[in-house]
Amino acid sequence: MAAERGMAAEALVGQVVLPGDLLLLPAHYDEDAEGERLRLSAGAAPQGRLLCGPGLRRSGAGLLVTKCGLLRHRPGGGGAYWVDSQQKRYVPVKGDHVIGIVTAKAGDVFRLDVGGSEPASLSYLAFEGATKRNRPNVQVGDVIYGQFVVANKDMEPEMVCIDSSGKSSGMGIIGQDGFLFKVSLGLIRKLLAPKCEIIKELSQLYPFELVLGMNGRIWVKAGTVQQTLIIVNILEACEYMTAEQRKEALAKLSGN
Amino acid sequence: SVSPGDTSVLAGLYGPAEAKVSKELPDRAALEVLLRPKVGLPGVLERSREQLLRQTCEAVVLGVLHPRTAISLVLQVLSDAGSLLSCCLNAACMALLDAGLPLTALFCGVTCALQPDGTILLDPTARQEQDARAILTFAIASSERKVLMATTKGSCSVEEMQQCLAAAQRAANIIFQFYRDSVRRRYSKS
Repeated sequence: MAAERGMAAEALVGQVVLPGDLLLLPAHYDEDAEGERLRLSAGAAPQGRLLCGPGLRRSGAGLLVTKCGLLRHRPGGGGAYWVDSQQKRYVPVKGDHVIGIVTAKAGDVFRLDVGGSEPASLSYLAFEGATKRNRPNVQVGDVIYGQFVVANKDMEPEMVCIDSSGKSSGMGIIGQDGFLFKVSLGLIRKLLAPKCEIIKELSQLYPFELVLGMNGRIWVKAGTVQQTLIIVNILEACEYMTAEQRKEALAKLSGN
Repeated sequence: SVSPGDTSVLAGLYGPAEAKVSKELPDRAALEVLLRPKVGLPGVLERSREQLLRQTCEAVVLGVLHPRTAISLVLQVLSDAGSLLSCCLNAACMALLDAGLPLTALFCGVTCALQPDGTILLDPTARQEQDARAILTFAIASSERKVLMATTKGSCSVEEMQQCLAAAQRAANIIFQFYRDSVRRRYSKS
């Protein structure tokens, strides 16, 4: 049934996959592979469970692709497969650091717009050093950088501005000046990758402050308004420019 | 926008977004399709096509991953030179693909016109549609070429319908290959 249409997962790593494609894992070439635990083939030592990441779903014989994109694989720790797709709409995920805008204050809780399908909630006690007497000074319209502690499809997402040890570690209310704009989620992931050349090249141009939210929002502040706008334009254009075009543009700007 | 020949439809997908309380479903996403004709206000024909498109899309979209949200698909007809419904189906599928909504399979639309002398024409023009005895539109899924939706205008026998279906399933392969090539081109730029 589905066996003839499925292709080996390893063969498609780095290639474009479309929804409806079925990926077969090495374990299921054997007759006695169970559906519950994915085991690697008999020759290799069992290394743990295979992780099925975004864009893939477990389905009987293997993994069903649900989003179009490039298939990626990480070999460490039992292995993980996921689909790298380009998207503009954000869906809240637990642990993601995002930039939210306060839209309402409802008693002890702030409602923040994070670009998802529902507004997220943020308690006033979830800031560093906040107590019932010492409330944080948050107004409607403020920009806040925080992370999700609760984010699933059934419940309203909840954010906090402290990490597990109670420190703010860069989260909280973002200052007054600066420019907030939206880009696609793929560009944010590219900018957050460990060795990102774009940020290094931009920092040689002017000094600036940058906050990246996983929901596609970027906040930039540089010395003057003009420098801020230049950085905004370069970041927005980075999505469509190749590396050479970007270097050319930056060279022209630093020459001026 | 998708255009076979001169028929052209522009599709825009918004979602998963906040749904109105009256429209939200507790366990799945509420999918809404709006089809706007090139001239005039949408009438009964557009409403019936919207329902066909909605039922086809609901069959492939994994709505259970986004309960209590609304997904809106807006289609604008730019030009109509025949085979409009299948063009709308193709545009809808590409919009779903481009937006990154979770899908279980892809689908495509194929129109067959049955001539008075019994020959089958795929993707008929407006002229050929007028002369035909029956026009059949099928929505075919990418998983084992299953039929998601079939609609007929005119009369035909069961055997003729089966023949049209077989021809449509063969044509669907070309459309799915086109989807794959477009997606490959898009991801080759990054």
